[in-house]
Amino acid sequence: VMFYRLLSIVGRQRASPGWQNWSSARNSASAAEARSMALPTQAQVVICGGGIMGTSVAYHLSKMGWKDIVLLEQGRLAAGSTRFCAGILSTARHLTIEQKMADYSNKLYHQLEQETGIQTGYTRTGSIFLAQTQDRLISLKRINSRLNVIGIPSEIISPKKVAELHHLLNVHDLVGAMHVPEDAVVSSADVALALASAASQNGVQIYDRTSVLHVMVKKGQVTGVETDKGQIECQYFVNCAGQWAYELGLSSEEPVSIPLHACEHFYLLTRPLETPLQSSTPTIVDADGRIYIRNWQGGILSGGFEKNPKPIFTEGKNQLEIQNLQEDWDHFEPLLSSLLRRMPELETLEIMKLVNCPETFTPDMRCIMGESPAVQGYFVLAGMNSAGLSFGGGAGKYLAEWMVHGYPSENVWELDLKRFGALQSSRTFLRHRVMEVMPLMYDLKVPRWDFQTGRQLRTSPLYDRLDAQGARWMEKHGFERPKYFVPPDKDLLALEQSKTFYKPDWFDIVESEVKCCKEAVCVIDMSSFTKFEITSTGDQALEVLQYLFSNDLDVPVGHIVHTGMLNEGGGYENDCSIARLNKRSFFMISPTDQQVHCWAWLKKHMPKDSNLLLEDVTWKYTALNLIGPRAVDVLSELSYAPMTPDHFPSLFCKEMSVGYANGIRVMSMTHTGEPGFMLYIPIEYALHVYNEVMSVGQKYGIRNAGYYALRSLRIEKFFAFWGQDINNLTTPLECGRESRVKLEKGMDFIGRDALLLQKQNGVYKRLTMFILDDHDTDLDLWPWWGEPIYRNGQYVGKTTSSAYSYSLERHVCLGFVHNFSEDTGEEQVVTADFINRGEYEIDIAGYRFQAKAKLYPVASLFTQKRRKDDMELSDLHGK
Amino acid sequence: MTKQRNLRIPVRSSSLPLFSDAMPAPTQLFFPLIRNCELSRIYGTACYCHHKHLCCSSPYVPQSRLRYTPHPAYATFCRPKENWWQYTQGRRYASTPQKFYLTPPQVNSILKANEYSFKVPEFDGKNVSSILGFDSNQLPANAPIEDRRSAATCLQTRGMLLGVFDGHAGCACSQAVSERLFYYIAVSLLPHETLLEIENAVESGRALLPILQWHKHPNDYFSKEASKLYFNSLRTYWQELIDLNTGESTDIDVKEALINAFKRLDNDISLEAQVGDPNSFLNYLVLRVAFSGATACVAHVDGVDLHVANTGDSRAMLGVQEEDGSWSAVTLSNDHNAQNERELERLKLEHPKSEAKSVVKQDRLLGLLMPFRAFGDVKFKWSIDLQKRVIESGPDQLNDNEYTKFIPPNYHTPPYLTAEPEVTYHRLRPQDKFLVLATDGLWETMHRQDVVRIVGEYLTGMHHQQPIAVGGYKVTLGQMHGLLTERRTKMSSVFEDQNAATHLIRHAVGNNEFGTVDHERLSKMLSLPEELARMYRDDITIIVVQFNSHVVGAYQNQE
Repeated sequence: VMFYRLLSIVGRQRASPGWQNWSSARNSASAAEARSMALPTQAQVVICGGGIMGTSVAYHLSKMGWKDIVLLEQGRLAAGSTRFCAGILSTARHLTIEQKMADYSNKLYHQLEQETGIQTGYTRTGSIFLAQTQDRLISLKRINSRLNVIGIPSEIISPKKVAELHHLLNVHDLVGAMHVPEDAVVSSADVALALASAASQNGVQIYDRTSVLHVMVKKGQVTGVETDKGQIECQYFVNCAGQWAYELGLSSEEPVSIPLHACEHFYLLTRPLETPLQSSTPTIVDADGRIYIRNWQGGILSGGFEKNPKPIFTEGKNQLEIQNLQEDWDHFEPLLSSLLRRMPELETLEIMKLVNCPETFTPDMRCIMGESPAVQGYFVLAGMNSAGLSFGGGAGKYLAEWMVHGYPSENVWELDLKRFGALQSSRTFLRHRVMEVMPLMYDLKVPRWDFQTGRQLRTSPLYDRLDAQGARWMEKHGFERPKYFVPPDKDLLALEQSKTFYKPDWFDIVESEVKCCKEAVCVIDMSSFTKFEITSTGDQALEVLQYLFSNDLDVPVGHIVHTGMLNEGGGYENDCSIARLNKRSFFMISPTDQQVHCWAWLKKHMPKDSNLLLEDVTWKYTALNLIGPRAVDVLSELSYAPMTPDHFPSLFCKEMSVGYANGIRVMSMTHTGEPGFMLYIPIEYALHVYNEVMSVGQKYGIRNAGYYALRSLRIEKFFAFWGQDINNLTTPLECGRESRVKLEKGMDFIGRDALLLQKQNGVYKRLTMFILDDHDTDLDLWPWWGEPIYRNGQYVGKTTSSAYSYSLERHVCLGFVHNFSEDTGEEQVVTADFINRGEYEIDIAGYRFQAKAKLYPVASLFTQKRRKDDMELSDLHGK
Repeated sequence: MTKQRNLRIPVRSSSLPLFSDAMPAPTQLFFPLIRNCELSRIYGTACYCHHKHLCCSSPYVPQSRLRYTPHPAYATFCRPKENWWQYTQGRRYASTPQKFYLTPPQVNSILKANEYSFKVPEFDGKNVSSILGFDSNQLPANAPIEDRRSAATCLQTRGMLLGVFDGHAGCACSQAVSERLFYYIAVSLLPHETLLEIENAVESGRALLPILQWHKHPNDYFSKEASKLYFNSLRTYWQELIDLNTGESTDIDVKEALINAFKRLDNDISLEAQVGDPNSFLNYLVLRVAFSGATACVAHVDGVDLHVANTGDSRAMLGVQEEDGSWSAVTLSNDHNAQNERELERLKLEHPKSEAKSVVKQDRLLGLLMPFRAFGDVKFKWSIDLQKRVIESGPDQLNDNEYTKFIPPNYHTPPYLTAEPEVTYHRLRPQDKFLVLATDGLWETMHRQDVVRIVGEYLTGMHHQQPIAVGGYKVTLGQMHGLLTERRTKMSSVFEDQNAATHLIRHAVGNNEFGTVDHERLSKMLSLPEELARMYRDDITIIVVQFNSHVVGAYQNQE
């Protein structure tokens, strides 16, 4: 029944094409009102939101065989942001996962008309991204390299070629451009209706004018939804409520934090040109001018992302604000100026309308998808950062896969709801942050960019001390971490000037910090790491951990084990270090942004009613990393305890006193492969211990260091990092960590079967270290991450991270090597031989640099020769 | 010293004609083409007229800008530590070759020296207060400034108090009122149980419930010395409130509470001066407070209930945004001065017919005082006997002071002056965006409609009269672009100010005839030497309270 109704809506819309019909959607939907259909009392899945996201999820779920689905829309289908969307489908995205989603969407929308019979207005126009500066061109070239390797045609073109492709453009100030010929424009409202109609044909029940009041939860599991038309019991709830997703999340019985916030967004519609613009005219993105321009009904549609956005709906849905959404010409003035500079001939073109359609933004400019860490069965797909149309198809597919198969076919950690916690959910934070995010849409994206708003939320107790000593800060998961320390006599560039794709201004500063780590001792505040304690009365803690982790944790008390928390596929859900504090208690250190994800994973897999105690102690400890050959001297002087490797072997943990402070957890590891210790200090002692370390360390040449030095030290030793290099689709075998897996530890663990199989069959990708050979650090573009890797001229994978090694005096990149069959493109087994017998090149923004591939770290970096003058009498003692 | 002063007075008086000639000087001064040399000439002349004010209490000065026509001796009374004559003369000699131009940063540092902003804390974005926050600022003309301001949140009841106080004959009274009045109001608003709890805590030496959370600029000081004395008076007040309570807890009426608090404080000020204090410093202080005066304009905002209590000629103005986006001003207070017919009527009714002509002369109370209601000013409240008795038994400084000894002419049936406020109630609506409380220094220079428009445009970030809408008109991109560029260039100093009150002062002092800020004019006005500044402007004190339309709207919807 629903299907026919939808068709009638669409049919009516077709009758009067153009802007007017957008508002006529109101009238057409009222036809449905006549049918008062009672809601079903139960369903497997309830989707809230009839925009492009909700309909796409419904479409894909129903395609994958789930039939018992109800989609609820508070107003009319494809209203909201979907209705007002500018209709540009663009695949040129910064993240590979986003490129893939957009590419899939493009292909899906392309064939949608054929599949459903509903016209979507899909027109392949191509798009042109203009560069007014060399830096912008580099940025485009980087995207171009990456688009090409995933099969999306694109090319860098000259200004002259741009003028040929679009005759209205002023190209005099351009240095180049990128042309993506297969990008398209499409009516997003019609796409949503087509998806809805296809879903409806597959059995999805769609109800409009039905508001979800709240989501019912029992024992951390979705049980149903309460709507204004009655209750529906369900196992899965999908929040696709767009800009209302935040509020809807909070209205669940167990609040779900979905950090997003709307900003007003303006675009201009004009009447047709004298010679109406052809519908195939390419879309223009002039990021330096902050605008986009597409053809629309013979005229143009042009909007942009201004520097001074207007956040809206901070206090939630507000009828007053919705009604007051007005054209704000004064606000639009800079964008209009930019448009007329780009297309001077438009001066005489008549204005039709300035549209104000709020768009939703997230704290890190990436969309939000996945399952709530707190409520099982509660899925979210929202926060599209104004790319809802481009991502809609792909994002819907991934979310449907997630629900049906337990995880998408691609790694989507970058988009996972669990990368955020409640800490990003303050309305004030979101309001301030999105005001930075929205302009960032068209700002130049350079390596090592840090958000400037919403900062200093979580800090170590040493923050002020370090700041006074010249610390420059970056933020991870709300936590301030020092990047490096600017010496008093040194000045760095201002923020805007420091943006570069080349050698950064802090190069020498970090070099001296690295050198100090190698030759003396440095202290790095690493308090941001996620720290859990797992304790039990009996052996349950050990049993659970043995089941959850791949390495053998039944080690003597005081030992530290590097291990992975794997999923069924053998991929890393988390990579951590676990210290056995005593027989029944373990201390677990994970990456900073694992706080929510790891907690949710542990909670999900721990037996419910056991006397296991899992505690997040992140905030209880300040962590100082003492790196360097002299760390041992500093510590022994402060503790009056022998700290030599014989007394304190590597990967060992002891509670001891440091200075006056007792109960400091000292661990002989540094996360860098350098000698030294991590000190986990109860926060009230932090300042004391720090002061003691610094004053005693003085004679050993101690200094502060930051994460940039740490990163250089880590990457040069091939230490992969979860979230950057490895993720839940990477197994230990694929990154050379066989030694961290104990397949025969006497009991089963999650992922064991997959690893056994992989061990037998071999791996299909392999994390490899590349040392750039012919790369000039001073003059060439620096690698970042995501650069394509070529083996014997063939694309084999992408880099995941990179750093300059001050010891090797070379750039080091980490990245995965695949073995694609030359004939079919299918993935084949990657052997050590395959890797070793290749000639490699890394493509940085279109320039290829030769690279040496290594499967194991450079041994010379690890040798810790003791110098003659370090020898002492005690070395002669019998042990 | 006295001798010297007496000697000089006639000399200055002789320049009386010059003074009347010089009166148009202010308008000349701002004529844009004026040269430096001319300026210094006018400046010199102006110095004379300044002296004139001090030495003659002549009622023939027609447009005196001083609210209080002072008596010569009075100068020493209100600033006991300075030798006024040497002070002004020294300045005069030094001033001749002075340059008047200040750079924009210098101007800003002067304008921003006293600015203060308070944002009501947001609790996870859910701001439950109908007030978003307030901006306040003041610009002195007197040295030291005689205006005061206060802002505080009531902790034991809901609501926020904001007030501006314009002192005259010194700053002692406005200072005391700014410190004390809100406590009197807060106490008046407290329920019986809370009063009891506080009294019991005092009795048993326990920690007291805090009553007010002050929001103060660092320059807004409280007198430490008088704190104990003030507390005792306040305590007596609440003890009386406790005794008066009959046991039935009735809803406290805000209007009544405000009136009681004003009257009670003024009464206490008067009593303290009559009783005196064994501590000679305090004794002198309470007398200075009582003999000087202050007007008060106080707003109490609790949810959608806005009460304004006004005594004197400061003003409370509501900024209302109409549906078309334009701004209109709604006055929430009446000035108590000669321009107010009802006040004239009141005064005539309160005194015998025989005084009908003398009670208000030259638009002043008894020919002396501009505001018709005020705190302090016991010279207009006490009987002649009482005045004489207090002065005689008072400290020598007081006894030597000719001003205090001076009894106003035609002083037959005191009191002539009251501190009782007129209370206005307004129920906030979503279109009520802000409230401006300001001393007459602002209202003298700017029309209320301009005040509201400037603040409104500042707060909404819309610096143009009307938003542009294309509507059904045929407009090309080029035409629109031209229009917008023009509007943007018109945008003046808005972005220089982070504080609405500062922005308003910038306009009040720097506006040219076209209603836009003229830097040259602003710079001249701000570089006037202390003793001259008062000739061209009064102290200006402004508080701009911004309302939260969403919260106000929500209140409305609840009903």
